[in-house]
Amino acid sequence: MTHEIILSGFGGQGIMAMGKMLAEAGMQEGLSVNWLPSYGPEVRGGTANCSVMLSSEPIVSPIVLEPTEIIVMNKPSLLRFEPQLKSGGVAFINSSIIEIPATRRDISAFYVPCLDIAQELGNPRAANMVMLGAYIEVTQCVQQKTVEKMLSHLFTGAKANLVALNKEALRRGATCILKAAS
Amino acid sequence: MAIVYQRSKGLTEIEQHFCPGCTHGVIHKLVAEVLEELDIIGSTVGVASVGCSAFAYNYFSCDMQQAAHGRAPAVATGIKRVHPDLAVFTYQGDGDLAAIGTAEIVHAAMRGEKITAIFVNNAIYGMTGGQMAPTTLLGQKATTAPQGRNKEQHGSPIRMAEMLATLDGCAYSERVMVTDPASIARAKRAIKKAFTLQLAGAGFTMVELLSTCPTNWGLSPIEAVGWLKENLVPYYPLGVYADRSEQKEEATR
Amino acid sequence: MAKELWKGNEAVAEAAIRAGCRYFFGYPITPQNEIPEYFSRHMPEHGGVFLQAESEVAAINMTYGAAGSGARVMTSSSSPGISLKQEGISYIAGAELPVVIVNMMRGGPGLGSIAPGQADYFQATRGGGNGDYRTVTLAPATIQEMTDLTQEAFDIADLYRIPVLILADGMIGQMMEAVEWKKPRARKLPAKDWATDGTKGKREHNIVNSLFIDPKDCSAHNIRLQQKHDKITQNEIRYEEYLTDDAEVLFVAYGTTARICQSAALKLREAGVKAGVFRPISLWPYPEKELYACANRGSVKTVVCAEMSMGQMIDDVKIALNGTKPIRFFGTGGGTFPTPAELMNVARAALEEV
Repeated sequence: MTHEIILSGFGGQGIMAMGKMLAEAGMQEGLSVNWLPSYGPEVRGGTANCSVMLSSEPIVSPIVLEPTEIIVMNKPSLLRFEPQLKSGGVAFINSSIIEIPATRRDISAFYVPCLDIAQELGNPRAANMVMLGAYIEVTQCVQQKTVEKMLSHLFTGAKANLVALNKEALRRGATCILKAAS
Repeated sequence: MAIVYQRSKGLTEIEQHFCPGCTHGVIHKLVAEVLEELDIIGSTVGVASVGCSAFAYNYFSCDMQQAAHGRAPAVATGIKRVHPDLAVFTYQGDGDLAAIGTAEIVHAAMRGEKITAIFVNNAIYGMTGGQMAPTTLLGQKATTAPQGRNKEQHGSPIRMAEMLATLDGCAYSERVMVTDPASIARAKRAIKKAFTLQLAGAGFTMVELLSTCPTNWGLSPIEAVGWLKENLVPYYPLGVYADRSEQKEEATR
Repeated sequence: MAKELWKGNEAVAEAAIRAGCRYFFGYPITPQNEIPEYFSRHMPEHGGVFLQAESEVAAINMTYGAAGSGARVMTSSSSPGISLKQEGISYIAGAELPVVIVNMMRGGPGLGSIAPGQADYFQATRGGGNGDYRTVTLAPATIQEMTDLTQEAFDIADLYRIPVLILADGMIGQMMEAVEWKKPRARKLPAKDWATDGTKGKREHNIVNSLFIDPKDCSAHNIRLQQKHDKITQNEIRYEEYLTDDAEVLFVAYGTTARICQSAALKLREAGVKAGVFRPISLWPYPEKELYACANRGSVKTVVCAEMSMGQMIDDVKIALNGTKPIRFFGTGGGTFPTPAELMNVARAALEEV
C-alpha cells in the first residue's frame, strides 16, 4: 500500500498541519512516511503545498511527481495539481470555495464543503480537519482514531477545548463522504 | 641583591621580531604586566591577528589563539562564550581591526562582548610593507598611495575609539600613546582598567594605542616619536571616549 | 525506542545536542533557518550557547575560537553562506580543530536558488579554502541517517582534530521523516590537552595556530596532515549498496539523488532491467576501492552517475573505475532534481550502448 498525496491551498488554511497530521498518524501505525513542504517565498502568504507519502514499504524517493490523491483547498491548487494526478487517482476538492469541477475522466473526485461545515461548527480554521476526515474515510490509509488520539496530545492547556472541535470536524468530514455514498 | 625590574612573567623568553623603534614591544610589555599584576596569566586567552601582531601568540605566556585577518573579535567571542570565567583579549593592528575586521569589531562591541581589544594604530600596514591603512592620514604617503592619501579618492581616516564609543555595549574606550614614560604609564592604566572592567562583566572594552612605525614611515625612531605627536595626536586625540561602567570608581587606577 | 516525526533541520540540531554539542554560531539563510532557530530555543535548556553572528564569516570564526578552547561546537549554513565560511574552514583545518559544519545545499552559483542542490561537491571534497587540506564530508540520504551521522561527525572531528561537513540539501533539511534516536557507538576519544582553556599556571601555554612561517615547519605540518588524511581514508569510508548483487546497470549517486535512483532501480526491475545503486555516504574520503569492487563484480555492464549538479562527483567515479566500465552522466542544475523516468531512460540507453 502506498499513498502519495499532494496537499495544497492558501497560506493559513492549515495545509502544512494537515499533511503533518497525516504523516504522524501513518508513522504511529507503523507505515513508512515522508512529509515534504514547498518552501521559500511561496509560504509567505501565497499558495502553500506539501506532499505526504505513506507506505507499507520503505520509502525511497521522497518526491511525489504523480500523486495518487490530491487535496486541494483553493482553485489555483486544483488547476495546478489535477493534471499531475495519477490515472485512477482521487481529487479532494474544497467545494466551499472552488466553484469548478475536476475535468479529467480518468480520476474520481470528492467535493467536500469543508469550510461551510467548519463554519457550522463555529470555527472556519477547522476546515482542514474536515477535509482530513473526508480523506481518511475514503482512503482508509490510517484510522480516524489514531488522528483523534493525536489531537489530545497536540492541544493541551489553554487549547484543550480545541480537541473536541477538531474531533467533531474529522467526524463531520467522514460523515459527508458517507452521505454522498448513500 | 634587590630586583628593581624584570621581564614580566606575562611574556615568554622568545625574542620578538619587531623593528628598531617600533612601539609594539612596549605595548606587549604593558599588556603582559597588567596580566601579571591582575594575576590572570593562567586564566587569560589572547587572540593574535594578522599583521605585525601575527606572532603575538609566541610572545605572551598565557594561552593564545591565532585568528584569520580581521576575525580576532569573532574568535575571542567563541572563546569567551565557552569560558566566561577567563579573561579574553585580542591584539590587533589598524589594518586588521579598522579595515578587514570592521564588522567583527563593531558587532563584538555592539553585543557588549566581554573581551578587551588592544588596538595598535600606527596609521600604516606594517607587515606587508607600508601600504595605506584606513587610519593613514591625509597627505601621508604609502606604497599604495604614492602621492599621499587624498580625501577625494580615499576618504578621511577612521577614528575607531570614537566610533565604537557610540555603541551601548562598549563599556570602555580610550585612546593613548606610548612615546614617553608618562604616556606609557597612562597607557598601562588604560589597559588595566579595560581588563578590570572586562572581569567585572561591564561589557566590551578597547584601548587604542597610537604606535610608531619608523620603518614604513621612513623615519628614525626618534623622528617617528616626534611625527606621531605632531601628526597622529591632533587627528586622533587622546582621551577616554566611553566609560559606561558602574564600577567606574572601583576600577583600578 | 519509539519513532518520532522530525523535520531534517531540527533533527540535525537535536542530534548535535544529543551528541554533547553545547555551542552553536550561525547566520540566517534559507533553507536551513530551522537549525539556528531550534538551537536558539533549546541550547539554553542544556546550559549551552546559541549566538546569531553578524555574518557567516564571523560565525565560523566564533566556531574556531570555541573549538580551540575545547568545546564541541557546530555551525551551519547553505551554499552561499558556506562559501563565506571557507576562509574559516581552511584555518580550522590548519589549526587542527574539531568542528562540525552543516551545509543544506541549494542551487548556485552565486545567489542561485533556494531549491535543493548538490553543486557544492567540489567545494566540500576538494576544499573551498586555500591550502592542502581535507574536510571529512558525510552525505546522508534520510533524516534517520543524518541524525546518526551527526553523532558520528562529532566523534570523527574529535578523534582526528579535523572539520567534518554534513553535506545535505534543502530537501533533506525541509522534509519530515521518522527518527529513532540511537545511542551512539562509544568511541575512545583523546583528551583535548591542546585547548586554550587557561594555563592555570600548571603548564606551558597552549597555542591554537595555523601559521608556520618557516617553510620547513609548514612542510612538516603538511606532511603530518597528509598522514592524518591517509589514516581517515583507511578508517572512515562509508557507503551503501542497493540491489547491486546482480545489477547490470549501476547508478552511482549520493544524498537525495541516490534515493531517486533507488526509485528508478525499483521501476527498472519491475520492467525486467536489473538495476542497482551504489551510494557513497562519505564523499571524502571517497569509497574508491569499494565502488571499483562493486562495479567490477561481474554482472555490471555499465555505470550511470547522477547528481543534482552538472557533473562534479563524476570525477571521483572516473578515478575509482579507472576506465574499467563505461560511465554515463545525468545531472540537473540550479535547484532541480532528476526524475525516476529520466534516470530510467538514461539507464536503458547506457545498457543499449554496451
